[in-house]
Amino acid sequence: MAEKVREIKGGPGHRRPMGKRPKVENPGKLMRRLMAYIMKNYAPHCILAVIGIFVSVLANVQGTMFMQTLIDVYILPVIGMNDPDFSGLLHAMLRVGIFYLIGALSTFVYNRILILVSQGTLKRLRDDLFVHMEKLPIRFFDTHAHGDIMSIYTNDVDTLRQMISQSIPQLFSSVITIVSVLASMIILNIPLTVVTLLMVGIMLFVTKNISGLSGSYFIAQQKNLGAVNGYIEEMMEGQKVVKVFCHEEESREQFKKLNDQLFESADNANKFANILMPVNAQLGNISYVMCAIIGGILALNGVGGFTLGGLASFLTFNKSFNMPINQVSMQLNSVIMAMAGADRIFRLLDEKPETDEGYVTLVNARKENGVLVETKDRTDLWAWKHYHKDSKTTDYEELRGDVVFDDVDFGYTEDKIVLHHVDLFATPGQKIAFVGSTGAGKTTITNLINRFYDIQDGKIRYDGININKIRKADLRRSLGIVLQDTHLFTGTVMDNIRYGRLDATEEEVIAAAKLANADGFIRRLPDGYQTMLTGDGSNLSQGQRQLLSIARAAVADPPVLILDEATSSIDTRTERIVQEGMDRLMKGRTTFVIAHRLSTVKNSDCIMVLEQGRIIERGTHEQLLEEKGKYYQLYTGNSISA
Amino acid sequence: MIKTLASQIKEFKKESILTPCFMVLEVIMEMIIPLMMASIIDDGVETGNIRHIYTVGIFMIFAAGVGLFAGVMGGKYGARASAGFARNLRQAMFDNIQTFSFSNIDKYSTAGLVTRLTTDVTNLQNAYQMILRMCTRAPMSLIIAMFMAFTINARLASIYLIAVCVLAFFLVLIIRSGMKYFKEAFRKYDDLNASVQENVSAIRVVKAYVREDHEKEKFTGASANLYRLFIRAEKIVTLNAPLMQLTVYSCILAISWMGAHMIVAGNLTTGNLMSLLAYCMNILMSLMMLSMIFVMISMSTASAERVSEILNEKSDIVNPKNPDFVVPDGSIEFRHVDFSYKKDSEQPVLKDIQLSIAAGETIGIIGGTGSAKTSLVNLISRLYDVTKGEILVGGKDVRSYDLETLRNDVAVVLQKNVLFSGTILDNLRWGDKEASEEECIRACRLACADEFIQRLPEKYHTYIEQGGTNVSGGQRQRLCIARALLKKPKILILDDSTSAVDTATDSKIRKALREEIPGTTKLIIAQRISSVQDADRILVLNDGRVDGFGTHEELLAENEIYRDVFESQTGGNGDFDENGGEA
Repeated sequence: MAEKVREIKGGPGHRRPMGKRPKVENPGKLMRRLMAYIMKNYAPHCILAVIGIFVSVLANVQGTMFMQTLIDVYILPVIGMNDPDFSGLLHAMLRVGIFYLIGALSTFVYNRILILVSQGTLKRLRDDLFVHMEKLPIRFFDTHAHGDIMSIYTNDVDTLRQMISQSIPQLFSSVITIVSVLASMIILNIPLTVVTLLMVGIMLFVTKNISGLSGSYFIAQQKNLGAVNGYIEEMMEGQKVVKVFCHEEESREQFKKLNDQLFESADNANKFANILMPVNAQLGNISYVMCAIIGGILALNGVGGFTLGGLASFLTFNKSFNMPINQVSMQLNSVIMAMAGADRIFRLLDEKPETDEGYVTLVNARKENGVLVETKDRTDLWAWKHYHKDSKTTDYEELRGDVVFDDVDFGYTEDKIVLHHVDLFATPGQKIAFVGSTGAGKTTITNLINRFYDIQDGKIRYDGININKIRKADLRRSLGIVLQDTHLFTGTVMDNIRYGRLDATEEEVIAAAKLANADGFIRRLPDGYQTMLTGDGSNLSQGQRQLLSIARAAVADPPVLILDEATSSIDTRTERIVQEGMDRLMKGRTTFVIAHRLSTVKNSDCIMVLEQGRIIERGTHEQLLEEKGKYYQLYTGNSISA
Repeated sequence: MIKTLASQIKEFKKESILTPCFMVLEVIMEMIIPLMMASIIDDGVETGNIRHIYTVGIFMIFAAGVGLFAGVMGGKYGARASAGFARNLRQAMFDNIQTFSFSNIDKYSTAGLVTRLTTDVTNLQNAYQMILRMCTRAPMSLIIAMFMAFTINARLASIYLIAVCVLAFFLVLIIRSGMKYFKEAFRKYDDLNASVQENVSAIRVVKAYVREDHEKEKFTGASANLYRLFIRAEKIVTLNAPLMQLTVYSCILAISWMGAHMIVAGNLTTGNLMSLLAYCMNILMSLMMLSMIFVMISMSTASAERVSEILNEKSDIVNPKNPDFVVPDGSIEFRHVDFSYKKDSEQPVLKDIQLSIAAGETIGIIGGTGSAKTSLVNLISRLYDVTKGEILVGGKDVRSYDLETLRNDVAVVLQKNVLFSGTILDNLRWGDKEASEEECIRACRLACADEFIQRLPEKYHTYIEQGGTNVSGGQRQRLCIARALLKKPKILILDDSTSAVDTATDSKIRKALREEIPGTTKLIIAQRISSVQDADRILVLNDGRVDGFGTHEELLAENEIYRDVFESQTGGNGDFDENGGEA
């Protein structure tokens, strides 16, 4: 689990997503883009939803308007009558009731539609994010903290959900309510409308000031929360060290300081946020009272034909006018928050995917009279299909596993070259070993062969073809890799091995596991090959995971293998088992080995000693020993660190 | 659980009591207003009494003012009480975690602890504020509005009673079935995010095997599944809004119809009818509010459980009653020690360990993974307690010492070691708060760390990032050794602490330790034979038992495991300095 935390936090230079809230540069443009994204699949839905909201609001308004009719037409005139006639009222109420029913129905309908729109859009967004992410170059993952990438899927998509399913519809219905209520109020009585609007003006003014105050405290709270969370993460990770150094008291005090700061800002931020609601509610009440008094006087004097029923309706409108105005200011806040999230989402979607201009493909082939012929059947023979544009001809080159580096320069950034003038020849079946200290460039070289990174200068050829011309998918399919960090996926052991070749049969998987020396321990697992692995195979030991990743490469059965091993955390006895598996796998394949165990390196056809991105020595084990250079120093263990 | 949490309210009791009081006052004021409203209409407008309109109007504004005051105070105290509650919870948990022993820490994952201290506390803070402010407000407003409605007209008010029952019934139904689906949906949602996480960290494997399409299929399948679950859950919950509308509308129609009859018959006034209609919204909205509170509280119970679990966790290693404050010397003796991590475990990790180490000796410890090397040394500074037998340091049982004294004299450089954010000096001074810069430099020279520190732009004032990510593994290990040396311990334990350091530097460190601090007992756990072969004696552990204990030559002659390991690492099978040259 601790392993996982580190993974989430990412590498150096990690920033907590919480702490950073980049200013959205062009919110209007972003909003349009987001709307267009939603509309693309759900335009009719959105129109329907808008109509639904409209009908629902109108039904509500007409009900309130009815109040006037009720009192003025059906109650007041018949007061005191001996035999009052209620049939008119019944009629009117039936009509109102039907409108109400339609209103409730359309509320139901538009809510249903909005679920489809919001969840559908979120699904599409998640899928698009994921599919796009899979296409991004390795460089993207190097330069972005994993925690930040994850936070897009969790936090940012979540705030968008909030916005699509709640904020926008509510904003919309608030605006419709405001407009229609305002219209009704004007129809009922203009002076009272002016009073109401005046009070709303005061409310907005107060809201703006209070939320401005609470906003600045919220920013402080966010900052302090970030500091507290950061401290917690660090201390929990290092809790055992704290114990060993009896540092409990100091860390407690330090935490108290940060915690108290957080308390102060949280107190203030929430205080002002809490005050806003009652202040507005009471301002609303005052507005109500003022309308009641003024309206009462007006109705009493019958100014402009204003009636008691009119007052009753107006007062209800007064209440239903203030509510949406408060809502608009609240929802606007969450829309702004969601925009920041949308910005990050679209920025990920705008990242340039890995380009692939390769056109040479890998096909199954058959030899007919000594000539390679393409075939649809699965054969053990593979060929590069090379189409020549100039001569408009296609020729086939057998896949053998011949790799050549010709004066290759490479740097992760343009201005910092980490590999200089690398020349290298690996003929089919040869074993090439890379030896050298950390940071010498061993892993980098292997990452160039499968084009995780593109070289700055020079050429890399595979079976005589420049690898830039080969389709990346086909190039990578022809290379098997066992990486330094073994990564396993959630699924059964069988699934994980089969990852190497999806159409491998059960027998082939087991054969691969046997080859990698993994069969033994797999059979001892509770469910054998069907044992579920979770959390990157956390229920297995490091050595067992290593064996599985070797089996995974074995089932792929590629002509070229890259073994970037890391066995420093495996004890000698386990390592011997891992080693045996590796050795068996290497037989008959072109293999690039990065190793720190001498036995792996010793029988290589060629050993490259790397230092600071240059090959400083090369040759067989015996030749290099005779040279008495760096290799000799490393081998005899007398090296003096430079 | 509630008792545990409630005990953390502490100094915020006043605020916690005042908040609901003010909320009640606010509700009362809010409820009086429709009543005065009725009075304005009935006694003012209808009778043409303008004076009455003014007086009641002034009363209404006064009521609004009191309501405002109560609301603001309630908001203020509510914020303070909940923020304070959160602060106390956080502090109490953090403080308690500081007392945790290693076995307490082992029980929880780091991520688990972090979640409890962050997300869970925030959840509880929100829930607490909700309880203080809304839990009194909503039911009070429901009861008062209901009461008022009944005093106005019992017959009409009974319509509300029916409406409340019907609405409550459906709300409970919706919440219960909705929650069930939501729980499932959120679980699947977590799974989906876990798979994204997996893909982000294993992107090289995905790309190396050209499995982008395979992953895409897996993901879109899972996300489609999630989509369906969420739709099903939300479909139920969105019934809330139309249901609420239907109830309100029915109430309005029923009250209007019956009210009209009653007014005409002279049993009700117009003003009363309007007040009744105003209470309608109050009653039903507070019911809605109650259902929200219910959902929120039931969602935060999981957080409450997790938090109180930490608060109730008791450290299983505590200081003895009359502790010894002096460790006489660095001798160590194990007497028939058994140890297992779980109390009732049948298979102990260490079995009948019998050892005697003199002060100043250098002991190498070797053995395969799972041979309990780390467990053995962790017992010496009482990071764990023995299950059976006893361990003596300086001739006295480790359990008789003051913990801080013992741990200061027995310095452990852990296998999984961490640096903290701060300068190199800050980090070194964990070993000794008072250490001068010269002392720090001396310790770093011993640990061969000085050479690389001097090459850093800001030398000893270089800022170390969280987790020490801006120094290499080998550099980190050397800093950790220097930090431990600053304690000037009587016993120094290096638990595989030079695995990322090249052999040459490794041997330099060992030489420095031998020559500069000869009086310190040194225990060195290592994978490499070369790291231990010049020790005074070497302990070979196998499966929790002592397999051999003697000098390099003796073991080579007598011990099969030792010989085996030795041969596998030398004679052309040794290590390359993978991490060498970085110094």
